[in-house]
Amino acid sequence: MKTIRDLLGEHQLFRSFHPDLLELMAGCGHNVHFEAGKQIFSEGEPADEFYVLRSGKVSIGIAVPHRGTVLVETLGPNEVLGVSWPFPPYRWEFDSRAMDPTSAIAMDAECLRTKCEEDPALGYQVFKSFALLMRNRLQATRLQLLDLYGNHAG
Amino acid sequence: MLSLSAIATLLSNLQSDGRKVIAPVLDDHAIGLAEVDTLDDLPSGWTERQDGGTYQLERLERPELFGHATTAMSWKKWLYPERTMLARASRDSGSVVIEEPPPEAERMAFFGIRSCDVHSLDILDRVFLDPVDPTYAARRAGLFVVAATCARPGGTCFCASMNTGPKPTAGFDIALTEIWTEEHHEFFAEAGTQEGQEQLDSLNGAEASDADLAALELIVSEATKTMGRFLDPSHPRAAAGRYEHPHWDIVAERCLSCANCTMVCPTCFCSTTEDTTNLSGSVTERWRTWDSCFTLGFSYLAGAPLRNSAKSRYRQWLLHKLVTWHDQFGTSGCVGCGRCITWCPVGIDLTSEIAAVAQDSGGPS
Amino acid sequence: MVPLPYRVLTRHQELTDTVTLRIAPISKRLADPLPGQYEMLWAFGIGEVPISVSGLDDDGVLEHTIRSVGAVTKSLCSSKVGDIIGARGPFGIGWNIDRATGQDLLIVAGGLGLAPLRLAMLEALANRHRYGRLALLVGARDPESLLFVEELEQWRGRFDIDVEVTVDAAPPSWRGNVGVVTKFIARTPVDFSNTSAIVCGPEVMMRFAALTLADHGVPPGQIYLSMERNMRCAIGHCGHCQFGPEFICKDGPVFPWTRMEKMMLAKEQ
Repeated sequence: MKTIRDLLGEHQLFRSFHPDLLELMAGCGHNVHFEAGKQIFSEGEPADEFYVLRSGKVSIGIAVPHRGTVLVETLGPNEVLGVSWPFPPYRWEFDSRAMDPTSAIAMDAECLRTKCEEDPALGYQVFKSFALLMRNRLQATRLQLLDLYGNHAG
Repeated sequence: MLSLSAIATLLSNLQSDGRKVIAPVLDDHAIGLAEVDTLDDLPSGWTERQDGGTYQLERLERPELFGHATTAMSWKKWLYPERTMLARASRDSGSVVIEEPPPEAERMAFFGIRSCDVHSLDILDRVFLDPVDPTYAARRAGLFVVAATCARPGGTCFCASMNTGPKPTAGFDIALTEIWTEEHHEFFAEAGTQEGQEQLDSLNGAEASDADLAALELIVSEATKTMGRFLDPSHPRAAAGRYEHPHWDIVAERCLSCANCTMVCPTCFCSTTEDTTNLSGSVTERWRTWDSCFTLGFSYLAGAPLRNSAKSRYRQWLLHKLVTWHDQFGTSGCVGCGRCITWCPVGIDLTSEIAAVAQDSGGPS
Repeated sequence: MVPLPYRVLTRHQELTDTVTLRIAPISKRLADPLPGQYEMLWAFGIGEVPISVSGLDDDGVLEHTIRSVGAVTKSLCSSKVGDIIGARGPFGIGWNIDRATGQDLLIVAGGLGLAPLRLAMLEALANRHRYGRLALLVGARDPESLLFVEELEQWRGRFDIDVEVTVDAAPPSWRGNVGVVTKFIARTPVDFSNTSAIVCGPEVMMRFAALTLADHGVPPGQIYLSMERNMRCAIGHCGHCQFGPEFICKDGPVFPWTRMEKMMLAKEQ
């Protein structure tokens, strides 16, 4: 039976972390499982946790009048769901739903924020990883924004 | 050595041989090109004063037959017409017949073509003979070339630095150099082909003397020294790939995208196509016409031009002409005739433009 | 070379602005195209455009998937069964996927780019034993803009191809992936150092895909793109399609990234 620390260490985002840091982080995490179709969080709700995805698929969507919830990204294994947790007002800005049965490590946001404050070495590694994640996501989103496949004929 | 009257005989022999003779002529305050009847139609005693954006005719003291340098337009239109039909589709109750017109063959002689322009024929051959353009190939196959040395290069000429003149060395049937001494007005003549030799043999010219050869050498070396411009042979290579050089912005402020340069250039070959129909739409034709990379629509792709700015279009033209032409065809695209400099309304000189881009800018390149 | 008359056999509306025409020779027939080659299609009285071949049937029947973006393509898209158009070709250098024999083959298609890649996929499937892993990544604007959905589903169902489809945005009913296609390169199960990649789609997408592939270890000389430019003659005489020293019409349209990288990273505008 693998520990939370082991599972975190297998994940792409935390693979390079020192085992001591993983141990620290693991204290904030526990295993969760979502059935297909389960709403994970909704826009406006408090961002208490974020999810280190191990298997399955989740969607990120935005409710748009006349269009319902438009899906803007799907995430799977080795990705992380939730980037709002480090920053006030600690609220979800999108909706998220499990599309397939999904297993993840739910990380308690306040727990990890506190540990990062107390241990700058941990804080630096965590925020470095999240900065990379957000930079990648920003670049990808920008390409989506270009509407490259749209018919832009004059 | 041939006398002036022998030259006139040469011209009429070519006509008797069934050829249309194209030669320089006076045309609307410039020296153009047209079909001629006799040697008298050539602009004897005239020369051109050329500089950036400047062209003027000037009278010479002696009736020099080949006293001018380039002509205003190039010779390319005689081999590569401005308008050619590519295909015609005729529709008749549900069926369509598509025809290709036969090549527009013409049997011609170019009389008095300069060395730079002779080189341009070789350059155009590399474009239009592989794959073959039927009209170009037909006209080129029957072409008789009487080339002439420039004794008086123009203010925008730089054939010497391009190794394309002032004396023709290849690509001709006959090459002439006009030689004036106190006693004689004669022409040194040499054959470049079997057919050229046969024509010369029929004219019974005298063997050139040592004095004649010395005069020839003097003319060529003087001409080589009096070129109006110079293109540094290291500059094209140095400028290669410098898409972001700051100098492009500078030349872009001057360039009007008027396309004059491409129209007068002897090697510019770009064309576009035009579809026309009759009123009922039963017959449609597809025509090819000259085009220029300076036009906004040239690089049109799915609704908009890719090269939207004059900067990008000037950059495309210059780098193609002097740099990437080598990769495509194995030679420079430029023969040093200087027409683009003369006929640019704002006098842009490509020899200085490429020099500027060849300099390290100190910024990103 | 003069166009030959071809008759529209079938017309299939793929998307609101995209149509697949199957055209048959009336008398004389063009040479069979290789995957990645294109024909110049002539809408009489309007003009010609280069369209990749997306299918080849018996008796020289050609399939072309055309998007309406201008006067000529609009006319071709509104052709009816029985109409006659002109066709000449085939032109260009194709995908030549047999040079990837013994390697993994990764096909990345964006939007309409799936059309020119379809023949490459069919050729790969017909010679499946030549390649290691065979993977297809397809990106599109939204689920409604996916081309050849039935065929994609068939390929997805096979055990010997990895197919991943993603869209830029989707309605809540979508059960597939949402995200830019380059994101999926990382998780494609190929050995990048021993992979040939063939990419087709909007130029920006190809640029980012090539950069991402190279970052993951695909040798730049083994990444192939299919380029597009204004074409009039298709034989290197009209000058319109030039991109640096390359004539897209006859030196391409398929090029290795090594020949495209420097120019594609410079700004054309």
